[in-house]
Formats: sequence, C-alpha cells, structure tokens
Amino acid sequence: MPVQVDENCLYTESHEWLRIEGEEAYTGITDFAQDSLSDVVYVELPDVGDTFEQGEPYGVIESVKAASDCYLPLAGEILEVNEELEVSPELVNEDPYGEGWFVRFKIEDPDQINDLMDPDTYKEYAEKAQEEGTH
Amino acid sequence: MTEPIIYELSVSGRCGAHLPDLDVPPSDLPPQELLRDDLDLPEVSESDVMRHYVHLSQMNHGVDIGFYPLGSCTMKYNPKVNEDAARLPGFVETHPYQPEASVQGNLRLMYELQEFLKALSGFQAVSLQPAAGAHGELAGVLMIRSYHESRGDTDRKIMLIPDSAHGTNPASTSMAGFEMVELESDERGNVDVNDLRKHVNDQLAGMMLTNPNTLGLFDENVLEITRLVHEAGGLMYGDGANFNALMGVTKPADLGFDVMHFNLHKTFSTPHGGGGPGSGPVGASKVLADFLPGPVVVLEGRKTEKDLTPTYRLEMPAKSIGRVKAFYGQFGVIIKAYTYIRMLGAKGLLETSKGAVLNANYLQAILKEVYPLPFERLCMHEFVLEGRIEEAPDVQALDICKRLIDFGIHPPTNYFPLIVPEALMIEPTETESKRMLDYFADTMEQIAKEAREKPELLHNAPVNAPVRRLDEVWAARNLVLRWQKEEGTEA
Amino acid sequence: MNYVPHTKAQEEEMLDRIGVENVEALFESVPPDYRFPSVELPEPVSEIEIMRELREVAESNADLQHVSCFLGAGAYHHYVPSVVDHVVSRSEFYTAYTPYQPEISQGTLQSIFEYQSMICDLTSMEVSNASHYDGATAMAESVIMAYNVSRGRRNKVIISPTVHPEYLATVRTYMQGMEMDIVAPRDPSADLDWLIDQVDENTACLIVQNPDFLGRIHDLNDVAEKVHAHGALLVVACDPISLGLLKPPGDMDADIALGEGQPLGNPLNYGGPYLGFFTCKKNFVRRMAGRLVGQTTDVEGRRGYVLTLATREQHIRRERATSNICTNEGLNALAAAVYLAALGKCGLKQVAELCYHRAHYAAKAIDRLADYSVDFDMPFFKEFVVRCPTSVAEINERLLQDYDILGGYDLGRAYPKLQNHMLVCVTEMNSAQQIDDLVSALEEVGRS
Repeated sequence: MPVQVDENCLYTESHEWLRIEGEEAYTGITDFAQDSLSDVVYVELPDVGDTFEQGEPYGVIESVKAASDCYLPLAGEILEVNEELEVSPELVNEDPYGEGWFVRFKIEDPDQINDLMDPDTYKEYAEKAQEEGTH
Repeated sequence: MTEPIIYELSVSGRCGAHLPDLDVPPSDLPPQELLRDDLDLPEVSESDVMRHYVHLSQMNHGVDIGFYPLGSCTMKYNPKVNEDAARLPGFVETHPYQPEASVQGNLRLMYELQEFLKALSGFQAVSLQPAAGAHGELAGVLMIRSYHESRGDTDRKIMLIPDSAHGTNPASTSMAGFEMVELESDERGNVDVNDLRKHVNDQLAGMMLTNPNTLGLFDENVLEITRLVHEAGGLMYGDGANFNALMGVTKPADLGFDVMHFNLHKTFSTPHGGGGPGSGPVGASKVLADFLPGPVVVLEGRKTEKDLTPTYRLEMPAKSIGRVKAFYGQFGVIIKAYTYIRMLGAKGLLETSKGAVLNANYLQAILKEVYPLPFERLCMHEFVLEGRIEEAPDVQALDICKRLIDFGIHPPTNYFPLIVPEALMIEPTETESKRMLDYFADTMEQIAKEAREKPELLHNAPVNAPVRRLDEVWAARNLVLRWQKEEGTEA
Repeated sequence: MNYVPHTKAQEEEMLDRIGVENVEALFESVPPDYRFPSVELPEPVSEIEIMRELREVAESNADLQHVSCFLGAGAYHHYVPSVVDHVVSRSEFYTAYTPYQPEISQGTLQSIFEYQSMICDLTSMEVSNASHYDGATAMAESVIMAYNVSRGRRNKVIISPTVHPEYLATVRTYMQGMEMDIVAPRDPSADLDWLIDQVDENTACLIVQNPDFLGRIHDLNDVAEKVHAHGALLVVACDPISLGLLKPPGDMDADIALGEGQPLGNPLNYGGPYLGFFTCKKNFVRRMAGRLVGQTTDVEGRRGYVLTLATREQHIRRERATSNICTNEGLNALAAAVYLAALGKCGLKQVAELCYHRAHYAAKAIDRLADYSVDFDMPFFKEFVVRCPTSVAEINERLLQDYDILGGYDLGRAYPKLQNHMLVCVTEMNSAQQIDDLVSALEEVGRS
C-alpha cells in the first residue's frame, strides 16, 4: 500500500503530522501510523490547558491488541481536543489528516518547527519503515 | 449455538432457592432513606439455572475435553482426587478467624506444604499467602524493596527484566515503585550477558528472570547472571511460572535466586477454573526470609501424635512486608496441591518434570520441520515456533490457531513472547499421551498443507465451534459490558 | 507414581525421534553441579491412603457442620444452594484457562458477562470487572485506580477506621512502592464528618465501608457530594448480602464500589479462595484493573462475548498497565453468579431480611443479659458489638469447649480501645434455637 501524506503538513519520526495555523497547530497521527495500528478503538487525549514539551507523550491511542503513545511534535499548550474521537475513534482510520485530528495547541517555540520533516522526506521515511515492517 | 442471557429467562415472582421462613419476631427496619427501592436480579427456577449453566459449560474447551497446549500455562490434567480432598467438609466449613486450636488440621496442611515447597526449591522459607502468580510476584518485588530499604540502601531503583519476560514482571515492577530496564536476548535465547554487564551498578535493585524462560529455554548462563547481579548488590527474582520443568531437576535457590513465586495452579496441578482461583506462594532465601508476606504457619515445639495443645501457629515474619490479602492464602487450592505432592513424592515429581520436557522436545523435533524454529536447541517443558509458512504469506499465527480449534485442539499461546514474530508457544505438559502428541503434530502438518493449498480454510476458521470469529473491534468501541433490558420490553 | 502416560517402549521411540540417548540428556543446559539434587519429601501414597489421611486431618478441625457459628468479620457463613456446587464442579468450567480464545470459551465468557451484569444491578453501579483476588486486594486496587483517575496528581487517600483492618493492612502493603499519603485513624469513634473534613484538593479518594466493620449502617446519602466538591472519589466497600435490603452504593453516587464476594455462594474455606467484586462509574472504566467481558457478534451475526479493553492489562501495557493482575478468581465469580441467579430478586431480599431480623433478635436478647450490653445507637445489619464482662478469648474458649459454639470476633485484636468487645454475626444459617442457645451459653459463661 502506498503511504499517503498531506502536502500541507510537517511530520515527526514517530509518525505524527502537524498543520500550522498562525501561532497554533493541529496534530494527529499519519496514514502510515493508523494503518500499522489497524482499527483504532480509543484515543486518550489530554485536558485543555495542559502543557507539554516537544516530543513528550500527550495521549494514548489504542487498537484491540496494542496501545501506543502519541507525542506532541512541538512544545505547547493544549487549546482544544477532538471530542468527536470519543464516540467515533474510527475517524482516525478513515480520515487521519482531517476529521481524525487529535489536538489543537499553542506553539511555544516556533524554532522547533525546523526539527520536523517535509512531506517528501516523510514519505520516503515511512515507506522505508513499511518495508522493514514486512518480511 | 447461542444461549439466552440468564435475565432473558426471568419471569417475575420466581426464585430458584429454598429458604427458611422467619422464625423470630421481626424488628423495625432502618429508616427508608437507608433502604433500596428495587433490585433487578433474574427471577428463574432452579432447573432453569442448572440447564442454563450446563448449556454454557458445553460451549467451553477444557483440559477434560481435549488437548490444551497453551504455552506458559501448564494445562495438565487435574487429578480428580484433588477435588475430592478440597471438598471435605472439615476443610470447607472452617472460618479463618476460628481459634488456632480448633483448626490444627488446616494449619498442619499449610505448614507441610510450606515445607514441601522449601524442599523442592531449596529456599529457606515459604509464605502461602499470595493468591496468584502475579500476586506472588508483587510480594517478591516488594520484599526486594524492603530489603534494600532496611539497609538504608535507598538509591536502588532499577529492576532488570529480559525482553522475553511475562507482562506481569514489568507491571509488578512499576507497582512496587521500581524502574524497569529491559535486557536483550542473545542468539541462543539466553539473556545477553554483555547487555547485563552494562546495567549492574549501585542503582541496581534486582533482576527478574523466568528460567526456563518463555522460549522454553533454560538460561545457560544462569550462574553467571546471578553472580553478576549479587556482586552489584542486587537480588534475583525468579518467576516460577515454568517450574513444571524443574521439580527435582534443580533447585532455584542453589542457582542463586533469592525469591521466587510458585504457581500452584500450573505446576502442582490445581485446575485453573476458567481464570482462577490460582495460588502464588513465595519462597525466599536466607536474606529475604524475614521479609515474606504473612502470616505464615510455624510449628511450635515438637510435633506429637496425640498432643491436643496447639502445635501450629500463625505468625508474621520478623520484617514482613505485611499482608497482601485478607486471611492466609487460597486454602482450597492449597489442599489440592498438597494432595498432588503427597501422591507423587519426590520421585513422581521428578518423573513429572522429565515427562513434560520429553513431550515438549518430541513435539519440537517433529514440528521444527514444518514451522520455523527460531532457536535450534533442546527445549525444556515448552518451545516457541514461528507461525508462518513460506508459501502462504497471507497466513498468520492467528489463522493457524483458529484452524486448530476445528480439530478439537486448544490453540497454543500466540504472539508471545514478543521477541519472536508470529510466535506460537507450545506446552504439551507431561499428562498427554504419545497418541495425542502425534495427533497434534499431524494436525499442525495438515494445517500447513492447507495453508499452501486452501488458505481460506484457515482464514475462515473456526467453523466447528459454538461461534465463529468475533468482532473484537466492535466490542472495544461500543463497550457493552452488562446486560440491560431494552426500553419498553418486559424482561 | 505419576501422571505420565507413556510406556517404556513409547518413551524410547520419542527419545529416538529427538535424537538423544535418555531423558536425562534433555537437561544438559542445567549446570551439572546443581542437576538432579536430592529432594526430601514424604514417600508417595495411594489415593486410598491420602483420602483416609486427609479425612482424619479434616475431621480434627472444629468445622461448622459440628459447631454453630456466630463469627463473621469479613468471612461469612451463608447458605450455598446445592445448585452452585453442581455448576462449579463441571470440569468444562473448572479445567478451562482464562478465555483467551473466545470461540471455544463462550461458556466462561457469557457467565462472566452475566456476573458483571448481576453485580452491577446489585450495587447499582455502571461497570463491574470479572473479579479481584478478594475484598482486600479490590480495595488496594481502588486506591491505585483513584490515583490514576487523578492522573497521578493526587496522592492522599483517606480510609475510615471502620474498614476491615486486614483490608487497611493490604492497602498499606500495596502502597509501599507508591508515594501515597495514607490517612487512616485507628480510633473507631472517628466519625464520618471528621473524615470528610480531611478531604482536600490533594485527595484521590475517601474509602468507607458500609455496613462498617462493626456492622453499623451509615447514612452515606450526602457524602459523595461533599467528596466530589474537592474533586476526590468516593469508594464504598460493602457486604453484597446487605444489598438485598440496603441502599446500594450506586444510588449514593459512589464512584467505586467493591467488597468481598465470598458471601455470594462461596464457602468459608478457611479464608480462600474468595473473590473481590469491583465496580465503578463508566467514565473511569479505562483506569480499572482486571478483566472485562464485552458483548459483540461473530461473522455470522450471532451474539457472542470477548475479553475487551485488554490494552489496560499487563500482557499488553506491561510496565504501564493499570495493575499486574492476570489470573483472577474466575470460578469463584461463577459461583457468585450462579448464587445470584438462583436466589434472584426475591431470594436475596429474603436472605438479607433473615440476617437482619435474626441479628436483631439476638442483639436484643444478649442486651437483656446482666453481664453484657449491646449499643443500639446506630442501625446495624447482621453484625453487632457486644460489651462482655471478661476477655473475648476466654469467653470464646468456653463457648467452643462446653457449648460447641464458635463465638464472635475479638475486637480487641483490631482496636485496642475495644478490649472485651465481641463482634457477633448472625446469618440465615443461625436458627432461632441456635440463637437462644448462644444467649444462654453467654449468660452461663458470664456468670462464672
């Protein structure tokens, strides 16, 4: 399966995407990540107002047989969480870059944006990971 | 095949039990605000109850029905005499707070089981209190914590755990406030001693080692491992889940383990009950004996046949971590393990372990020609295969497992240990006949053949079971965790 | 003697296939110096001999078929309908493992689902797990759960002095590795208002027992609101039999309700195996420990059951699991379920009322004795405190020796202030005659 990326996002090595809107950003997990997890059954999200360092785990995503942390791509304060995911976790599988977003947060240090991958670099990175994951 | 929920059998006004009438003058009830309004329990007859549960029982697989080679679970046959022993009214009908003098029989049995487990393991002392393996584990890890603390050695926070360990090991470690560091395995399936060397320092609280490990392999460097950990001031925890390979074969205390739990519901043949009750006694070496959870049973003075004064007593070990549950232990389970040990004796228990190891090696020798064997060595009581077939890339370990169900065999433990891809962990136990082992081996070959020729047989399996594959995703997303009457219907 | 079924010839055949000379050669990885040590155990015996011996050992106990029992204190002598033992004796249930393969474990899974449903109805709570080891460990797990619900931000727990003393001891043991501040006064007269006053912004939960260890029924109707005002949880431990009569914890807005499930169809068995029942509000379910069964359907649309939310558990979440619990008390939970099904709505109420009225009959009669008194200030259920003229141990020794009566719990063991106080327990197993016999025995013992 080809790895789908969103051209308007930046990416982390732990397979999160980031979409910047002014001083704020949306984040969620990539198509590659949702595909490796298979059916998402639950997403545990932080409280609005919580703050995290760059790369700090801020939530947990669960399938039937696995639970994985999700990491905030940049340091920041949580402004909004996607409450739809509570009733419809399948949105993460169906529309990872759209309705399956996780949180909106306030960017604390814009310099950290330089640490992220652009879509092409990430696509290559994820495809390599995909190859290694299969025999 | 489905069976209604017990509530669906309910008809208002019925009761399936037969109780006495009130034979004393009634007293005033407490004020209304302390009383309940309604109680929604089923209202069924006794025959409804019996038939309902008999129907449910028929939807289960058990050791008494067929082969159950579930790795690390030791699903051996449970001798029926054990059940009879545990049902003797003189045991069943005793209260935990009776005066010790009135339950000397119980205390004697517990004391002797402590002694038997000491003899088999080489430990200095044993506490029967923990209710299950993981519970014994928690007790053991807390003992290690107390030990370091009692010496003012409070910086020791690291617990080493091999990557092949049961999930209970890291979970117990966290509950006891330790930080876990995972150790890698080497190419022979042992703990990587070089990796271990990097972590032995003055932060080390101890190490948890399952031996034989979850690959069914006896760690060839066990003496080196226990020496390194002890030299660094750490203590060795033994996970006794796999002790069925070791009875009379070797004593964990001699190998350098300081504390270990036993699973009476695995090794000592007490049935697993569909998820318990278990029993997880803990044995401890000299340095840790005083820290055992309690109370334990001690023998006071000399034991004489006709002595009516209390000889056995309950006592808290000197520096005990305290109690890990109410009362003393899983007494009903303890009786079964006691009976088992008394009937087998030292020789019978050694034969048991030998039989378990023989059966596992026999199956391994046949099946390694059909499925990849990641570690080519003699195994102990169990072994791990990779559940994949070269010419059938879409077939997974899960499919093989589900297909086994169609042949009347309980699937092996799968996807564990995590270090083997598509793991199938097979533990035949000593009570299976050669005929059954051959049937299993033939079936596994047959399934491999089907995987190559008709993989849909595997993907669609099971078809010969009360239900077919169930939608676990729906269950996790919707969380229907109890029966509730539908709106507007009469239950 | 052993249970290995091979003949010598079969064994040879198997060794051939493996390619070793003898069975001993399979143990080459075990260090030679420590291989096949001598093990000192009694000589093996036959079935006839072991049963004869065990029967003698069992009969040497003063069991409750031969003495009348007024002892409770957390382990209760209740009626177990015959149907219960007949169900749990079916080896399709008792020789199964944890239901990891749902297709061939529907019997276990559905019976747990029904257990969860009945426990929810009994407690009026939203979610029940498949059981803990016992009431004490259920309470310890409730503290960990409350701490996790606060996301590790609240590390104080307040425990009423009238929870079972061994539950408190168990909580303390479990907390040794956690930095929890346990506020647990030991004076049984510390009242509920005082405990509620201790709840603050750092409190994870308040734990109370109802009926409490002394048998007293508390009015918990307004407690939850006060505890919630500080963001803390209310944990209520209760006797499941009492819920046949008393207002359940869920109706008082408890966040977690738990207790010892032994009274539901499980014999005393000298303290185990029992089961801890554990329930909570649905929004906390992901912080709950232990197994959970959920309903679903199979590929043909048939209703079926699976273990669910396994991601909370140790085999998946490992060091970050909600608990290390794996094996629980499956067969005991089955017994509890069969018991609740057999008794049902009317039966459980009847048992509770029998306990209540007989206990009150006994309490009034004992209170009339010159040398004893009973405190009637608070309502009680099936246990009550008797002030005795002398030490409880002495009285109990006389009761057992001379009257074949197992007297009540010596409260001095748990509370220094309550020396010479006996906790008497009366259930539906105690006939009016037994109660009258107890009263006259106490009178005679008190006089001498």
